[in-house]
Amino acid sequence: MKHFLDITKETCPMTFVKVKLQLAKMDSGEQLEVLLNEGEPLENVPRSCEEQGYKVLSIEPLDNSQHLILIQK
Amino acid sequence: MNQPANDKKDISIVCFSGEFDKLLAAYTIATGAAATNRNVTMFFTFWGLNALKKERGRKPIGKDFLSRVFNWLMGGRNNLPLSRLNFGGASPKLMSGMMKKSNVAQLDELMDAATALGIRHFACEMSMHILGVSKDDLIDDVKEVVGVATFLNESENAHIIFI
Repeated sequence: MKHFLDITKETCPMTFVKVKLQLAKMDSGEQLEVLLNEGEPLENVPRSCEEQGYKVLSIEPLDNSQHLILIQK
Repeated sequence: MNQPANDKKDISIVCFSGEFDKLLAAYTIATGAAATNRNVTMFFTFWGLNALKKERGRKPIGKDFLSRVFNWLMGGRNNLPLSRLNFGGASPKLMSGMMKKSNVAQLDELMDAATALGIRHFACEMSMHILGVSKDDLIDDVKEVVGVATFLNESENAHIIFI
């Protein structure tokens, strides 16, 4: 099952807090697609997920300085 | 949520100030650290305890006359002053409005996130005794009332931040 989370309107620290809490609710093997802004969220969200042992499957840049990242728990 | 087991340095925050902006800073660091896989402990002492009172407004809690007056004057989470330009309590409300407009997390939201992230809340035994505050007066996040020795033991491998 694929979940989706938009954190483009969030600011520090709720960007990575929301991702962490969403991943905690999911079962192992499920995927989470996160829409985020470049800068701090783009640098820290994928790194923080990998530190927890989750896989960052892709990081796709979009037109308006936003990125779509796909994480597998 | 359980806190993570990894080699990142733990973070311990002493929340001494009961001021709105300083507690906001404490909870921002705490939730940011927990969300980036660090174990976080918050130790509330003196004025910081006001943020943890179940009663969010002014209530004369305590056993004797002086502590009841003191607690009424200090109030709870709704009465936290700004550390500068407080203007009789008007500024925290104005700042909350500005934060909402800028989509920045409010103190309540950060405190809820801290609960969800499993951040440990310790309350200082000594200052609770002075102020006549009991564990029943504090929110359920406070799992333990401890002394400084316990806090330091639990923070042995942590960065300690004093706010």
